[in-house]
Amino acid sequence: MEKFINITLKVWRQNGPKDKGRFEIYKLNNITTDSSFLEMMDILNEQLIGEGKEPVAFDHDCREGICGMCSLYINGHPHGPDDDVTTCQLHMRKFKDGETITIEPWRSAAFPVIKDLIVNRSAFDQIIASGGYVSVSTGGVPDANAIPIPKADADEAMDAASCIGCGACVAACKNGSAMLFVSAKVSQLALLPQGRVEGARRAKAMVAKMDELGFGNCTNTGACEVECPKGISLSNIARLNREFLCAKLQD
Amino acid sequence: MSNLFCSSVGKKLVMSISGLFLIMFLFVHLLLNSFLLIPDGGEMYNAGAHFMATNPMIKVMEPVLAIGFIVHIVYALILSHQNAKARGNVAYASGNKTQGVSWMSKNMLILGVTVLAFLVLHIAHFWVKMKVTGHDLLAHTTIKVGGVETEVENAYALVNYTFSQLWVVIVYAIAAIGLAYHLMHGFWSAFQTIGFSNNVWRVRLNIIGAIVAWVVGLGFAIIAVAQHLFFQA
Ligand code: HEM
Ligand code: SF4
Ligand code: FES
Repeated sequence: MEKFINITLKVWRQNGPKDKGRFEIYKLNNITTDSSFLEMMDILNEQLIGEGKEPVAFDHDCREGICGMCSLYINGHPHGPDDDVTTCQLHMRKFKDGETITIEPWRSAAFPVIKDLIVNRSAFDQIIASGGYVSVSTGGVPDANAIPIPKADADEAMDAASCIGCGACVAACKNGSAMLFVSAKVSQLALLPQGRVEGARRAKAMVAKMDELGFGNCTNTGACEVECPKGISLSNIARLNREFLCAKLQD
Repeated sequence: MSNLFCSSVGKKLVMSISGLFLIMFLFVHLLLNSFLLIPDGGEMYNAGAHFMATNPMIKVMEPVLAIGFIVHIVYALILSHQNAKARGNVAYASGNKTQGVSWMSKNMLILGVTVLAFLVLHIAHFWVKMKVTGHDLLAHTTIKVGGVETEVENAYALVNYTFSQLWVVIVYAIAAIGLAYHLMHGFWSAFQTIGFSNNVWRVRLNIIGAIVAWVVGLGFAIIAVAQHLFFQA
C-alpha cells in the first residue's frame, strides 16, 4: 500500500578526485514508498536545484537492473538493504518513516571516487579487455542442437553470465577483491565449447590484469556472494582458481 | 610456472598448501598427546616421544614443519597487507551490515596471531627444553619399548609439570579454541583456494571443516585440562 514517508539523507559529497569530501545532510518530505531509490534521488536533486545548489552526482542508466551502471552503498550494504536487487530496483518501501539513510560511494582503492557518489569502474573494463571475450567470430546463430551442451553446464554458464559488472562484490569485500566478478566472466565462457578453447589463456590474462590493477586477494569470506544483486555463486571462484592453477601448471 | 607465486591465486595456493600441511602435523601431534590421557605414569607417552625424537623421518620433517609455519605466516602478512591496501583507507560511515559472513573468515589474521603467540610459548616450554637447553625433569627413565628395556628422556615429567601451572593450561585452552576457529574457516577455504569446491562440496567441506576444527581444538584443550585436573601426583 502506498504511504508517504519523511526521511533524512546523509550523502557523501566530493567535488572531484582530489577533494577530501564530506557528508551533507538533506531532509526530504512526503516521499511515496512506491518510488524507487533513484527516483527519490531525482526528487532530492530537483529540490537542490530549486535551492540553487549543485545536484548530487550518481551513476545510473537502464534503471531496470540489467546494465550494472547504478552503484551506491546504502546503510551498510552495496545496493542497499534489499536482497538480490540493484540500487535502481530498490524501493522506498524498504525504509521507515523518519529514517536516516546514509549514502556512500563504493570504497575500494581500485575504484577511486570521480565525484560525489560516482566512482571510476574502468578497471573492470580493462579486465574484460584483457581476455573476457571469444576472439574468433562464431558466425550467425547455429542450429540449436549442432553442438550438444549438457543442461547443467548451460545453466551454470547462464547464471555466471548474469553478472552485470556493477562492482558491488568489490565494494562489499574487506579485501577489495574482484574475484567474484572475474570468476563469473571466466566461468560463463569456460563452461561452453566456444569459450573453452581459449580458457587457459583467458584465466591467466584476466587474473594478471586484476592483480596489476590493485584488487585484493580473495580470502573466501563470501561477502561478495551475499551482496551481489545477481546471486553470482562462490563456486565460480573455485572454478577460476582451478582454471588458473591448471593453466599455470601446464606452462 | 615461474611467476605463479607472484599472482594473487598463486599466493593463496601457498597459504592453502601450507595450511593443509599444518593441519596434518596437528593430527600427528594430537595423536601423540592423546597418550597423555593413558593413566600409566607416562610410559606410553615417553615411548611415543622417544620414537619421535629418534625416528629419522621425524628428523627430516622437523625443518619442513618449521618452514611450513614460516611460509604460512610470511604469506599471511603479505596477503593481509596487500588486502588492506586494496581496500583503501576510507571506512564506510554506515559500517558493513552484510549478513551471513562468518566472523572467523574476516579475522583469520587475529586468530592466526593467537595461535602464533601460543606457538612461541609452546616452543619455549617444550621444544627448547627438550632439544636445546635440557631440563632437570627430563632426567632419564627406563621404560619397555617392544619388550626391551630402553633408557629414554622423561618427557612426560616435563609436560606433567608444565600443565600443573594453571595459567599455562588457560593460555593453552584459549589458543586451542582460537585454532579451532581458524580452522572453522581455514579448512574449507583451503579447498576453495585450490579449486576443489562447488555448490555441493562447499556444504560438505564446511561440515568436515567444523569436525576437524573442533576435534583438533578441543582435543588439545581437553588434554591440557585433564593433565591439570587428574594427572597431578
Ligand atoms: C597450526 C597452525 C595453523 C594452521 C593449521 C593453519 C591453517 C590455515 C588454513 C588451512 C588456512 C586456509 C588457507 C586458504 O584460505 O587457502 C589458513 C589461512 C590463514 N592463516 Fe593459518 N594456520 C595456522 C597458523 C597460522 C598463523 C600462526 C598465522 C598468522 C600469524 C595464520 C594466519 C592465517 C591467515 C591470515 C589466513 C588467511 C589467509 C588468506 O586466506 O589469504 N595462520 N590457515
Ligand atoms: S559478480 Fe555480482 S556484484 Fe560483482 S560485478 Fe557481477 S553482478 Fe556485480
Ligand atoms: S541502472 Fe542499470 S542496473 Fe541499475
